[in-house]
Amino acid sequence: MPEIRVTPLGAGQDVGRSCILVSISGKNVMLDCGMHMGYNDDRRFPDFSYITQSGRLTDFLDCVIISHFHLDHCGALPYFSEMVGYDGPIYMTHPTQAICPILLEDYRKIAVDKKGEANFFTSQMIKDCMKKVVAVHLHQTVQVDDELEIKAYYAGHVLGAAMFQIKVGSESVVYTGDYNMTPDRHLGAAWIDKCRPNLLITESTYATTIRDSKRCRERDFLKKVHETVERGGKVLIPVFALGRAQELCILLETFWERMNLKVPIYFSTGLTEKANHYYKLFITWTNQKIRKTFVQRNMFEFKHIKAFDRTFADNPGPMVVFATPGMLHAGQSLQIFRKWAGNEKNMVIMPGYCVQGTVGHKILSGQRKLEMEGRQVLEVKMQVEYMSFSAHADAKGIMQLVGQAEPESVLLVHGEAKKMEFLRQKIEQEFRVSCYMPANGETVTLPTSPSIPVGISLGLLKREMVQGLLPEAKKPRLLHGTLVMKDSSFRLVSSEQALKELGLAEHQLRFTCRVHLQDTRKEQETALRVYSHLKSTLKDHCVQHLPDGSVTVESILIQAAAHSEDPGTKVLLVSWTYQDEELGSFLTALLKNGLPQAPS
Amino acid sequence: MMALPYITEHTGFTGTVYATEPTMQIGRLLMEELVNFIERVPKAQSASLWKNKDIQRLLPSPLKDAVEVSTWRRCYTMQEVNSALSKIQLVGYSQKIELFGAVQVTPLSSGYALGSSNWIIQSHYEKVSYVSGSSLLTTHPQPMDQASLKNSDVLVLTGLTQIPTANPDGMVGEFCSNLALTVRNGGNVLVPCYPSGVIYDLLECLYQYIDSAGLSNIPFYFISPVANSSLEFSQIFAEWLCHNKQSKVYLPEPPFPHAELIQTNKLKHYPSIHGDFSNDFRQPCVVFTGHPSLRFGDVVHFMELWGKSSLNTVIFTEPDFSYLEALAPYQPLAMKCIYCPIDTRLNFIQVSKLLKEVQPLHVVCPEQYTQPPPAQSHRMDLMIDCQPPAMSYRRAEVLALPFKRRYEKIEIMPELADSLVPMEIKPGISLATVSAVLHTKDNKHVLQPPPRPTQPPSSKKRKRVSEDVPDCKVLKPLLSGSIPVEQFVQTLEKHGFSDIKVEDTAKGHIVLLQEAETLIQIEEDSTHIICDNDETLRVRLRDLVLRFLQKF
Repeated sequence: MPEIRVTPLGAGQDVGRSCILVSISGKNVMLDCGMHMGYNDDRRFPDFSYITQSGRLTDFLDCVIISHFHLDHCGALPYFSEMVGYDGPIYMTHPTQAICPILLEDYRKIAVDKKGEANFFTSQMIKDCMKKVVAVHLHQTVQVDDELEIKAYYAGHVLGAAMFQIKVGSESVVYTGDYNMTPDRHLGAAWIDKCRPNLLITESTYATTIRDSKRCRERDFLKKVHETVERGGKVLIPVFALGRAQELCILLETFWERMNLKVPIYFSTGLTEKANHYYKLFITWTNQKIRKTFVQRNMFEFKHIKAFDRTFADNPGPMVVFATPGMLHAGQSLQIFRKWAGNEKNMVIMPGYCVQGTVGHKILSGQRKLEMEGRQVLEVKMQVEYMSFSAHADAKGIMQLVGQAEPESVLLVHGEAKKMEFLRQKIEQEFRVSCYMPANGETVTLPTSPSIPVGISLGLLKREMVQGLLPEAKKPRLLHGTLVMKDSSFRLVSSEQALKELGLAEHQLRFTCRVHLQDTRKEQETALRVYSHLKSTLKDHCVQHLPDGSVTVESILIQAAAHSEDPGTKVLLVSWTYQDEELGSFLTALLKNGLPQAPS
Repeated sequence: MMALPYITEHTGFTGTVYATEPTMQIGRLLMEELVNFIERVPKAQSASLWKNKDIQRLLPSPLKDAVEVSTWRRCYTMQEVNSALSKIQLVGYSQKIELFGAVQVTPLSSGYALGSSNWIIQSHYEKVSYVSGSSLLTTHPQPMDQASLKNSDVLVLTGLTQIPTANPDGMVGEFCSNLALTVRNGGNVLVPCYPSGVIYDLLECLYQYIDSAGLSNIPFYFISPVANSSLEFSQIFAEWLCHNKQSKVYLPEPPFPHAELIQTNKLKHYPSIHGDFSNDFRQPCVVFTGHPSLRFGDVVHFMELWGKSSLNTVIFTEPDFSYLEALAPYQPLAMKCIYCPIDTRLNFIQVSKLLKEVQPLHVVCPEQYTQPPPAQSHRMDLMIDCQPPAMSYRRAEVLALPFKRRYEKIEIMPELADSLVPMEIKPGISLATVSAVLHTKDNKHVLQPPPRPTQPPSSKKRKRVSEDVPDCKVLKPLLSGSIPVEQFVQTLEKHGFSDIKVEDTAKGHIVLLQEAETLIQIEEDSTHIICDNDETLRVRLRDLVLRFLQKF
């Protein structure tokens, strides 16, 4: 029985280290290869030994697909390809290919240089790993091998984020990665056609949330920032260098311009300028409005936002600082947070989701005394605000996407188990499709029943279609043909053609029955009577009276003859071939019942 | 692309237009420039009476030689351009686009310009490739995708180079040296050109060349209503560029060096000669501007301005117009004229290489490619040479493509497939008879298992006879094989028939069942059962005969 098997190595009932194994029609594909932000030990990477204990990964995987450049989707890639060892193709979009190595290098620096971890991947490994990458265009059908093809769709989560369709023959799986169904200030909305996959693997970060309109959230955000700087406080916005940061920058930039504010806005780390540059060069991946106006005014050239220097954090007076990383788990944002946390005038705004175990997650869940490294306890007096600016689809968005793609079944990943359970029921109720939510290492097996494509001879098809179009054909018509299987080619041809191709002669099987009728008239008249009787009985059939005196019903021949002994009896010879068996048999039975009395 | 509005706006066209994003964006710029140029010089009235054949005959050359003047149209407006572009659906290279379920079309990189495409039109069993305006040279666009053109039944080939004898690389070299020579002597250089395409490569060459040639102080001006947009757009289509330029974007750096030329103020661009340009204008200088026909656009002003001095040079790079004709109205001219046409499209040597590589079954091309150009009739190398010879087409001619469609794809539902019983007829060949219901939707065909025979209603009421008439459309399989008489007789005996008599005839045998007054004629390819009123007997005999035959 053909089947599709899915095993999450990461992101199964969890957010972080996305990594999902899919095997479809004998092809094995790994979706994403992420790291977990919440852990610093072995658990941060997926357990690749699950794929194979001894052999080389390249022999077991046909390809790897990376949905977007966030580290929880690509952070383990150099480890996977260079340290565990994988030499096959890695597919991602152009912007992902451009930005991914920079984030990986950043991540490596924090891990190795700051935390002093040994046995971590090196810069060279990142470079070698990126050499295995094959960039794909949106909607381009990439032929991985003769049977396996993949196609990218716009996901709108971050620059270059894509959903992928994986297809073998008539079976397909769609993996959404992270996506966003509402266009924002810099990206468009995710879109997929009605591709009816066997399985849709979707993220479910906001499985239970239905967010209010974007505009309200934006107004709230601006109001909070504005109030804080008005009373002289400092605002810290921890972000990832690419993605939300750009959206919020555009938002603040336009607000500052409109309100004519002079309070400085800073953006930390050198990555930012580069990041904005990527947005400029990959402007075709942003939303309609930005694309239309970029010649006149490039939205990613900010006037009010300046580069941040470490010393600025101690400057007096209000300021707004965007700092990386977004979950306050390391780096500059954490440093600034520690400096500013003690002052209740200040504010930290968390614009995105925080993984369990990070400082971001702790303060969001209400913890106000944090234990830092070296047993220090940090008291958080500053205001903590959460604004859901994460570019993930909310429950409504997820349902919308399921409706768009019309999958036969759905599988949830990248979310919390409890929330998933709620969404799972909702999907099953609304779409009447089965919905799965495996934990890490748990395998979901879906039996599939692929239909078999064969070639049908055009002659046969046309003949059938013409007849099928006749209005009186209310009953389903049966198509009859012969399937010729030669080597691996399957062709459906008409039976006559099959016989001819094989050089076989047709064997005619004919039946002739004699039916005795009491009729004193001449043979010709009997034939005529038979003709009119049949004509009135068989309205759907072609009944003909031939010049030689015989009657035909379709291809059945009826002849009348005089009985050799009894002049009062006429013999009807009914003759038909095996192909007309039913009708022939029916006719004999009908004629045996005699003819109706002719109107005198 | 430039004629698109004529089709979408004036012919009642209601379909979809497929194009890549760069094609649409840059096409818009080219049309916008054209409309802008034309609208700058509005005509109070347009003359059309001269198009009358009798009058045209009497007009001076070149008017009297113009062909098909009645088909000449006014230039479209920007409104029509926008409306035409709104019908475009954007597609990417290698994207498979389903059309009505019947055919699939796919654009492939043709290597000639940003986003330029060749197209594959294919069904499941036939493949037609349309190759137009392709280049095998390494310039800025993504290289031509040749591999996907393989296994074509028919390859339609057009848009070859207009200057088959000129080598583009040599021409670029000549361009640079002539430019440098003129400028060094204190003259100005005029380059009539389109606002997109070869100009990107020229600017790149100059970028590498100007420092070594000591031209760093010479201003370069690019004047076009779409100059800025063209330069900006060229930088954002990284995905459509050659590998070298793509990797620049990853750094991230702009893919084309003209960004740096602009930053360092060496290259300046203006929408027209009016406004800022008149303040900044310094001589000697190099000006890129349109239109290459020299009939309209800002280039006309520069021809008037610089034509009288022999220090100045006009360099023709676009191959679309004959430079002698373009210059005719400006004669007598003192300025130097250099002709270095740069046409990177396929030449005949590259075509034969391509055809060898791709090996289509048939090649179809315009008539003029099947013979040497009239001016160089001895150059047998300047024509398409392939086996079988290319089929040629002419304007407004319908050409039947030389293949016969014989098969179509159909899907067999798994339940039906399970029920099939294959028989091996010959080694390696198996047959299975299929009786199924054909479902056709959106040109996709699916075979479903036949419905279960419904039980006849057991009501005692006798139904009307006509409703009992069997549906003769339920086809019985064809039969094949032959019946060995002896075994057949044995089988009959086994089933309780006695009194069997076998007679030999010329072609076979007659088996007589005397008791039942039944006669069975058996020949090599036919069997004839003749029996009287006994239906049950007939059915029994039929089934016995069928045992010896194969069904199809």
